[in-house]
Amino acid sequence: MANDSSRLRISAVNDVVRIDFVDRDILDEATIRQIGQDIQRRLEPMSAPKVLMCFAVVEHLSSAALGTLITVNSLVKKKGGMLRLAEIRPEILEVFYITKLNKHFSIDESAAAALKALA
Amino acid sequence: MPARTVGHAILRGLRAEIDACQSAVEEAMAQHGYGREALFAVRLALEEALVNAIRHGNRHVPGGQVDFRWSVDGDEARFEVRDQGDGFDPDAVPDPTHDDNLEIPSGRGIMLMKAYMSEVAYRDPGNHVSMVYRRSKDA
Repeated sequence: MANDSSRLRISAVNDVVRIDFVDRDILDEATIRQIGQDIQRRLEPMSAPKVLMCFAVVEHLSSAALGTLITVNSLVKKKGGMLRLAEIRPEILEVFYITKLNKHFSIDESAAAALKALA
Repeated sequence: MPARTVGHAILRGLRAEIDACQSAVEEAMAQHGYGREALFAVRLALEEALVNAIRHGNRHVPGGQVDFRWSVDGDEARFEVRDQGDGFDPDAVPDPTHDDNLEIPSGRGIMLMKAYMSEVAYRDPGNHVSMVYRRSKDA
């Protein structure tokens, strides 16, 4: 397991990079920028990365955080990899539906389901 | 508890100022009996409005100020956010939900404000936004 940032817990599950957010709020611009940089640094040397991002503890996220997720998704797609999001609380999931980003991201109810889809 | 709780703050762009404003509003709304759904909606919309004012309005210019006024009563919560920038045309912001724009990382703040608040109005020249959250029976 590697701690790239105090805001993330990054681990390897077989060939999947699992990223768990550790903060309830993903709002602060500087923090969001740091999260994006940490993830990109982790994925940069990889080819066709399989990535799972878990939001179990996240209670609030801003449009800036959505922007970072879009940037990470673009990076993963560019590398021929796959990104799945999981364990998103209903109120946060509604944000994805309002912005229609549910069409842009692959979203699973549980981490187990996401890992199965990435296998 | 007063029939109406009001607040005013001048923000200079620090995260701690935004957090303090959010806490004050949340506390007042909770005291007036608003539920979790309402608190989530207002927190999200306020976050976008205040960050937009600091980031896009004042462009993080040192000394730039954001004037934030709010009031909460049993029926509604009202917010006024005014920055010192030149303003903008909110109608000129591209629709972020259009298929062609889904991969663009920015431009979703205003639509989230409109989605979660009962009313959002920009005043000319676009550096002053008014928002209202009207309470529903179960929120």
